[in-house]
Amino acid sequence: MRVIIAKERVREKTEMRSAYCSSLIRLAQKDDRVVVLDADLMKSMGMVPFMEAFPDRAFDVGIQEANMMGVAAGLSAAGMIPYAHSFAPFATRRCFDQVFLSCGYARLNVRIAGSDPGVTAAYNGGTHMPFEDMGILRNVPDITILEPVDSVMLSNLVEQTLEPYGVFYIRLLRKNAVKIYEEGSKFQIGRAVQLREGSDVTIFATGIMVSEALKAAEALSAEGISARVVNIFTLKPIDREMIEKCAEETGAIVTAENHSIINGLGSAVAEVLAETLPVPMERVGVKDLFGEVGPVDYLMKRFELTSEDIAAKVRRVVERKSSGRD
Amino acid sequence: MISKEKVRELERFALKIRIETIRAIGHLGFGHLGGAMSVVEVLAVLYGGVMKIDPANPGWEGRDWLVCSKGHAGPAVYSTLALKGYFPLSMLKTLNTPGTRLPSHCDKNLTPGVDMTTGSLGQGSSAAAGIALGNRLKGRNNKTFLILGDGELQEGQVWEAALFAAQQKLDNLIAFVDYNKQQLDGYVRDINNLGDVRAKFESFGWHAREVDGHSIEQIWEAVEAAGEVKDQPSVIVLHTVKGKGCSFAEGIVDNHHMIVNEQQIKESLGALEEILAGEVEA
Repeated sequence: MRVIIAKERVREKTEMRSAYCSSLIRLAQKDDRVVVLDADLMKSMGMVPFMEAFPDRAFDVGIQEANMMGVAAGLSAAGMIPYAHSFAPFATRRCFDQVFLSCGYARLNVRIAGSDPGVTAAYNGGTHMPFEDMGILRNVPDITILEPVDSVMLSNLVEQTLEPYGVFYIRLLRKNAVKIYEEGSKFQIGRAVQLREGSDVTIFATGIMVSEALKAAEALSAEGISARVVNIFTLKPIDREMIEKCAEETGAIVTAENHSIINGLGSAVAEVLAETLPVPMERVGVKDLFGEVGPVDYLMKRFELTSEDIAAKVRRVVERKSSGRD
Repeated sequence: MISKEKVRELERFALKIRIETIRAIGHLGFGHLGGAMSVVEVLAVLYGGVMKIDPANPGWEGRDWLVCSKGHAGPAVYSTLALKGYFPLSMLKTLNTPGTRLPSHCDKNLTPGVDMTTGSLGQGSSAAAGIALGNRLKGRNNKTFLILGDGELQEGQVWEAALFAAQQKLDNLIAFVDYNKQQLDGYVRDINNLGDVRAKFESFGWHAREVDGHSIEQIWEAVEAAGEVKDQPSVIVLHTVKGKGCSFAEGIVDNHHMIVNEQQIKESLGALEEILAGEVEA
């Protein structure tokens, strides 16, 4: 792992979907086992360049996600490496049994990309707004769940999914992310990245919540609270070592995710801490609610996912830590 | 055309598959008997002559593949594979016992010769389509066979895969429907009727025909014809009888999963062994 943290957190020029497509073109050039599947979202996912470059290895199955996952499993059985995409709710919730059995239980080699996670489904609204996708897939034994935070990390992680065998879920927004990492950064699947040093509390963040966590940490430093920020981009297998280290060194934890607080990052971190080093902990995430329609900034406020919401939880957890109530 | 001699050879093979399957289920005293018995002839045709296989090398990539999407017919598949030498016949009595390599439903990671894990109905159809597509991408000159249950056709995923296979012109995919007219809860027509299965597949763009699913000759010829079809997947609707050939199970209701006793096993095996002995003499 060799990470270069961006000096300025600006909206990236490259869309996530464009980085995803370019990465898959590179993989397909390198390895003729790579095939791409989509369920009538090739265009939405920006996959036209791949379809033009590899017309014989791009399969738009139409609107049938369950079949797509089964076909992906079959392609893998025959020796191909399928990358199947749909919107995150339809790539997970809609076809969980196919992912679980045909891909997971059958021990096949399948990559699933779920786009527009959580509030980033925005104007598609509640039906398309998965707060549960990672939680659902976390139940598949041996699955690897990745949530790349920007296009640099996305490209690097997609590249790393070529060789290892198994089922991978890549959760990504399609549009422009906030830049967190500089070009040339290399990541290690399963290892979290510390983005900011801090001694009073650690904020574990994933996806779009990473930039919110950094913003919160900066605001809190003015109040005299030293918040460490760690990007956990692999939900499974979770980086236990990093979680335990941060619990020990900072004594308080806040998790931040664009996902339900049930069975996502907050749950995964809590499971580790409860078994090893219980310290005061708070979770920022969607509180057992369905999604709704609207712009992302509205939805982040609506579901209490802003840097202010993180800061509030940090203050609370630091207070709990100092009062020794835990 | 299949020779009379080959028909007789495959009929004997089918008898042996039945005998071994009943024996394996009888060993534990319960199992999915009905739907295992109804696919015996198609398994005999496939593994007894049609399929390109190498039992010593089950992972051979150029082989013909079988996805038994009605995964609960596993016991019949296992008997077939054992009789072909994929593993010793003695392993059949481990069916569903702790640590076995022969689970109730087909598992590609446990049983030598099983090409795909199935059991959640409908899923094998998509997997078979994916395998056929993958084999075509790999440039392999082989076939993928798929066995579907009739009740299984109630799963929407079967029809998703049917559309997809036709769209992709998967002429290396040959499916069978074990149309034994029964499902767990009773008769298919009473529960969620399938109507004209052949016409349904035809309207989905498949080459389709229907045969007596217990006639070696008819199955063989339908498979041969399907093998000649270009740019279309094929389906062969097998008109079968659930529990076929098992004296205490054939044609009765509630024969999907059965508890069997020693006496029943003894009688049914006796009857089949007598036929087999007669076959050999004749």
